[in-house]
Amino acid sequence: MFKHFIKLEWKSFLRSASFGSNLALKIIMGLGALYFMACFAILGTAVFFILKDKGMEPLATINKFMIYYVLFDLIIRYFLQKMPVTNIKPLLILPIKRGTIVHYSLGKTIISFFNVLHAFFFIPFTIVLLVQGYGIQAFLWFLGMTALIYTNNFINILVNSKNVVFYSVLTALAALAASQYYGVFDFTIYSKLFFQGMYDTVYLFLIPIILLVTTYYFSFSYFKNRLNLDDGLAKKSDVAKTENFIWLDQFGTLGTFLKNDIRLLKRNKRSRMTLIMSGLFIFYGLLFFTQAIESYDNPWMKVFAGVFVSGGFLFTFGQFVPSWDSAYYQLMMSQNIQYREYISSKWWLMVIGTVISTILASFYLYFGVHTYLIIVVGAIFNIGVNSHLVMLGGAFVKTPIDLTTSKQAFGDKQAFNMKTMLISLPKMLVPMGLYTLGYYLFSPNVGLIFVAAAGVLGFAFRNYVFNQIEKIYKTQKYETIAAYKQKN
Amino acid sequence: MIQVNNLSKTYGNGVTVLNIVNLEIPKGQSFGLVGNNGAGKTTFFSLLLDLIQPSSGHIINNNVQVNTSEAWKPFTAAFIDESFLIGYLTAEEYFYFIGDLRGQNKADVDALLKKHEEFFNGEILNSRKYLRDLSKGNMKKVGIIATLIGNPEVIILDEPFANLDPTTVNRLKKIIKELADDSNRTVLVSSHDLVHTVEVCNRIVALHLGEVVKDIQTSPETLKELEAFFAV
Repeated sequence: MFKHFIKLEWKSFLRSASFGSNLALKIIMGLGALYFMACFAILGTAVFFILKDKGMEPLATINKFMIYYVLFDLIIRYFLQKMPVTNIKPLLILPIKRGTIVHYSLGKTIISFFNVLHAFFFIPFTIVLLVQGYGIQAFLWFLGMTALIYTNNFINILVNSKNVVFYSVLTALAALAASQYYGVFDFTIYSKLFFQGMYDTVYLFLIPIILLVTTYYFSFSYFKNRLNLDDGLAKKSDVAKTENFIWLDQFGTLGTFLKNDIRLLKRNKRSRMTLIMSGLFIFYGLLFFTQAIESYDNPWMKVFAGVFVSGGFLFTFGQFVPSWDSAYYQLMMSQNIQYREYISSKWWLMVIGTVISTILASFYLYFGVHTYLIIVVGAIFNIGVNSHLVMLGGAFVKTPIDLTTSKQAFGDKQAFNMKTMLISLPKMLVPMGLYTLGYYLFSPNVGLIFVAAAGVLGFAFRNYVFNQIEKIYKTQKYETIAAYKQKN
Repeated sequence: MIQVNNLSKTYGNGVTVLNIVNLEIPKGQSFGLVGNNGAGKTTFFSLLLDLIQPSSGHIINNNVQVNTSEAWKPFTAAFIDESFLIGYLTAEEYFYFIGDLRGQNKADVDALLKKHEEFFNGEILNSRKYLRDLSKGNMKKVGIIATLIGNPEVIILDEPFANLDPTTVNRLKKIIKELADDSNRTVLVSSHDLVHTVEVCNRIVALHLGEVVKDIQTSPETLKELEAFFAV
């Protein structure tokens, strides 16, 4: 039976839309995977010696931070790892035992990239431990860690789409990190006991293995009992509420589109993902303004951060205009749509997003007025120049967006669109260059004025750019419709 | 109202899916397009809506050449498939959205919905569901009624009878007949179902492998003729 499953799996892999689409993408995706594997392998080999050089006991140090590794892994999985339930439906009515189907679906997650990747860290690290005379105990530690990683795998399956669990993990992680950083409470002292214990004792490694068996058992019975179309495999549907946003009526057609865009953002998993990411971008600047990383501690990198902090939403949303409307693009194209209004509605949305981000980012005032001003001029530049560039780039993107799933939010193939890449370069480089220029020729404040002036100047080209985008929409209409029709 | 001249659609692999030398649909006609799967019905409608590009020839809709001008959009409405619905809207929001685009205010739309309340069978308005969560049949009902918003002169419905329950089919036939009685409205309907099409249309064109093989004004004998044609 499993032989058939594996055949099916192989075909679905080879024939999936993202795989078959183009060779360059395949190569880039492959290289990406190889890159991560190499990073992990190098880290696994080298970390022992690095830590030793710094005078720390390698294994103990790793164990101290292992709790973060494990929790972070859980979060990454929540975002990226696909659920194994896809493609089960056609199997249900065939003469296959339900238990077999579930075992198979769960089993196939074992070879998922998200699990295998960790082996590239743990195997070299354990080998180094063994070579360095840590004894056979290191192998027990390895078993325990592997079991923990797989426990994460099944926990993720169990809790998937239960946002409550996810956000509690995220909050716990943030709280732990913060309290440790400020020396309030160091949780790692306790978690370390456990991780170190897997090495120090001959029995503690059994705990993760028991956890693994338990989570597998629960995932198995959870799915087996819900292997019905109206239960575990049911499409989840939200209770809908009609929202008319009457206050937007005063803006005419623009308001009509804005209404829809607000609903789009609110009601679809994929677009909510975008909102979360833009929230994270606000904190991205902390890396730069806290002087935490030496190579970031210079004028141009700060502008880079300033542009990102205020522009998270602009970038993540704008790059997919008009792909957000891909599911019903045929409707849009057969209606009497004013492209201009359609484009400006998206533009206004990005402006609103940028303004909100900038206001939320006001906590950067803690790092001084000049720091916050960098963010503000970044926002001006975003609104004046980048909003246009982002939409211009988006016009060339022809990837249909499945609004109902959050899984493709990262690593979309559109990232490799050459035209989009070329258009993206100035988004960062121009403000960085302008600020640096003003900074060294005159003073930091002149640098700020330069960036802001470029942003204001960008407004002047608004009509021109909108016309260009409109032209692209029109000339590429048929290609776009055809591309959006292709579902994965 | 609609003139088709030397229209053809050929794909890259050399397969011609549609080839209509000449077809004229006068204003006010209710026009039925029948044919097997792959006959070219949806291709023809897609060309009529400028969703795909003709390989040769063109369509003129009320003096507007559809693949060069967009001026046909204000007086043409269509429902081809679910990709004409916006999944994350409720039915009401969708109707008001279409209404806004066609210059109808909320009251106009409400009046139309009121008129067709029976057609919805109580399952669509105020159903607390987004369109993506409706059944196929109910989606179709939403799409069909949405084409009526703003009294368009040309209404295009692809397979409107498929997926509908018998009662709704009869209600739909009533709606289409009413539209057909209006001498300002041109209605284009495609279907696999010969009986339904003959009943609501006063002209039937049969397509086979992209070519027009029959073009008849509906009469009591029409159904027999068509059934003989499609017999195995």
